[in-house]
Amino acid sequence: MTKTTAGFNKKSFISKLKKNDFVKNRGRYVLLLPSIIFMTVFAYIPMIGIVISFQNYDPVAGFFGSPWIGIENFKFFFEGSEWLQVTLNTLYLNALFIITGTVMSIVIAVIMSELKSKMFTRTTQTLMTLPNFVSWATIALFSVAFFESRGIVNAVITAVGGESVSFYSNPDVWVGVFVIIRAWKGSGWGAIIYMAAILSIDKEIYEAAKIDGANKLRCIFKITLPLIKNMVVLMTIMAIGGIFRGDFGMIYPFVGDNSMLYPTTDVIDTYVFRALRSFTNYGRAAAVGLYQSVMGFVLVIFANKLAKRYAPESAMF
Amino acid sequence: MERTKTLKVMKTKRNVSDRILLAVFYAFATVFAVLCLYPFLQVFISSFADEVTLTREGYKLIPSKFSADAWKTLFGSNEIIFAYGLTIGITVVGTVVSVIITAMAAYALSGKALKYRNFFNFLYYLTMLFSGGLIPYYILITNYLQLKNNLLVYIIPAAFNVWNMFLLRNFFNDIPESLIESARLDGASEFVTAFRIVIPLSLPALATIGLFTALSFWNEWMTSMLYMDNEKYYTLQYLIVRMVNNVSAASNAGQSGLPAGVVSVPANTLRLATAIATIGPIILLYPFLQRYFVAGLRVGGVKG
Repeated sequence: MTKTTAGFNKKSFISKLKKNDFVKNRGRYVLLLPSIIFMTVFAYIPMIGIVISFQNYDPVAGFFGSPWIGIENFKFFFEGSEWLQVTLNTLYLNALFIITGTVMSIVIAVIMSELKSKMFTRTTQTLMTLPNFVSWATIALFSVAFFESRGIVNAVITAVGGESVSFYSNPDVWVGVFVIIRAWKGSGWGAIIYMAAILSIDKEIYEAAKIDGANKLRCIFKITLPLIKNMVVLMTIMAIGGIFRGDFGMIYPFVGDNSMLYPTTDVIDTYVFRALRSFTNYGRAAAVGLYQSVMGFVLVIFANKLAKRYAPESAMF
Repeated sequence: MERTKTLKVMKTKRNVSDRILLAVFYAFATVFAVLCLYPFLQVFISSFADEVTLTREGYKLIPSKFSADAWKTLFGSNEIIFAYGLTIGITVVGTVVSVIITAMAAYALSGKALKYRNFFNFLYYLTMLFSGGLIPYYILITNYLQLKNNLLVYIIPAAFNVWNMFLLRNFFNDIPESLIESARLDGASEFVTAFRIVIPLSLPALATIGLFTALSFWNEWMTSMLYMDNEKYYTLQYLIVRMVNNVSAASNAGQSGLPAGVVSVPANTLRLATAIATIGPIILLYPFLQRYFVAGLRVGGVKG
């Protein structure tokens, strides 16, 4: 490296310029540019725009021209009782989804990896992963045929002597309904990652256990499950990081604006959406969004700490 | 002698228990697979039910009277056909744009070429952990970018996907560095290297990303709900969401979702037919999707 001692040295300026990464790798930076612009506009400007949660937002004045009002918007949200309900609903539903999804996926993965017939495995796996590719909107429309007052489910219930359930006005059934539908839709797909983990287990371990007289069930509990533990921990930690994010894409198609179902199904995301639509005050709605983002971020950090302690190789950063 | 005997007994015992277990496993796999398929079949069959009979008798495993009215109405409905075409258009254009921009960024950040790559990795990664939330985003799109009621709102805000970028970057990282370096030494520019060497070698990865991107465009409806006032510009999926919400609202208002009496439009069966029609392309693409399942295994690989 040459150091210019006095004044402007053209030669060293050029050589310096050539060493500058933005000049040296200009081709790559050009390729990167569209996504940098994209991220600035669609991720970082909204992040800055979150300042409106401390403002009485005025659309004409914009993100920085609106009057500042401190934490009034947050007070409005936290003084009501709804914040607790939507937060608890979000956490409760997501916790149930994580537990049932993980258990179902592991059960399917273990079972599928024990099957001998290739043809059978491939066919059943095709069917099990199919629902994952269909949108929640379509599945919600499917569900009409099952949940309507004279739908399939009620036909079955009345056939076995039960009393028909009116799904669209009974909030209590929806926690169970969502858990079941979600397991139906996602666990076949979720099993794939665990199946890969099981496939990578050394076959000699099973051979050795067999010679020692262990039966299949014992092998599953003593070999398979302990050896995929890390993967389970990793996936669970990633899921915990997202536990504050309500699944708007799933819940809204089913529930829509049917307020009778809100007591169990209203999550932070559906609440924010309604706030956007009905409040004229964007600042208040944004405050709820900020609360969710901050809590979510804290949980990701927390989940990562957990990962570092219990499964160091699965920590994200 | 005694010992081999007990061993033999143990072995047969084990074989029996293993056989029973295997039978249970086969049964479970069969039942679950059938349960996964059943709703599709049920809806498909019910879409061919006669509307009046369906209204009178409710849904049945096999309808007592068949009719193709729903499908005739579907293909005669301008609204649905237009939405179908629009959604196909958005999916094709959006996927091409998104995959190109995502692949460009993934290539730029792959390998060890960029001195500041870690800074950019962090910048991109952070957006997966923290976001400004819906409201500032909504204000950005409607007030600042003026994309409300503009078809570009389907494409531009979805033109890049961080998650896919990291997946693709990891694929690119697996390409031997020496291959890229020797091309560069031979005088190939970054663009030539990217398009002649890296991309042809990563076609399976690109196909995977492409298929998943296409699927997310195809299944998109929130954009219509938030940014479109004109019903003409609704995507197919949003038409569906509105259909479900109408049923839910109708039963909430105390009526049955099935209106009594003779109906001129086969509303219920039309809904089912529409649902089947939207998954048509997915079923067609499914064999291709399935080939690339392995890509789904790389979820854990999105490390900075």
